[in-house]
Amino acid sequence: MWITEWLIAALILGGSFFGFTAALGLVRMPDIYMRMSTSGKAATLCCGLLLAGVAILFQDAKVTARAVAAILFLLLTVPVGAHMIARAAFRTRSPMWEDTVLEDDPRPAAPAEDG
Amino acid sequence: MKLFLLNILLAISWSALTGNASLLNFLAGFAIGYAALALSPLETGGRDYFRRLPKALGLLIYFLRELLVSGWRTAREVLSPVRRSQPRVIRVPVELRERNQVLLLSQLISLTPGTLVLDVSPTANALYVHTMFVGDPEQFRRELREGLEKRVREVLD
Repeated sequence: MWITEWLIAALILGGSFFGFTAALGLVRMPDIYMRMSTSGKAATLCCGLLLAGVAILFQDAKVTARAVAAILFLLLTVPVGAHMIARAAFRTRSPMWEDTVLEDDPRPAAPAEDG
Repeated sequence: MKLFLLNILLAISWSALTGNASLLNFLAGFAIGYAALALSPLETGGRDYFRRLPKALGLLIYFLRELLVSGWRTAREVLSPVRRSQPRVIRVPVELRERNQVLLLSQLISLTPGTLVLDVSPTANALYVHTMFVGDPEQFRRELREGLEKRVREVLD
């Protein structure tokens, strides 16, 4: 079946591509928020595509069930983790890249710098 | 919810009876069970399920498309030597009454590459979203309200 083979190849190559850009994003982006944006979520896409490719490749109920479960748990946990890390950074006033436009800052006024 | 579980049960029995436990066969069983349930006489109020499941599928497809499009955009941003993004923190008012709806919406926003929910206002009526590619905050708010938020409300209301 050449169609399935091409599909598997596309899924796995696409997943690897997003994994690569996620890693590169960690190095290239200027502040923690953009790093979380480019790496965290691209990694979900990467793992999702790779797992989908694997599930189609093996055509086996056990493998498929595990791949589906893994994708579901990724979708459940990755945004929570990304949100908590970003929120911690935001509340502790981790510096943003200088060009960031911040409208209507919800945080209380900056505490006095000590020491 | 009860009907959803019943539907899954029907799909499991379909897989067991046909002796084929593949995902595709399970989905076929789910579709047949869905049709059977939709045709059977049910007490009123149970009808909600048949309105919601297609909406949930619609939300899933809409979200997967968003994920791919914005994933591609962030990938291009990472690879391109010139920086084209304009990061912004935007306050997005949401009109969702229940907390689990706000949770689902912020999860979906955080999952999309390029947007990240930084904080939720104490009364849960606004999200602070960090975005990378939004030129016009007003347009972003409108897109969110008419895209994801509307769909989330349709599925969970």
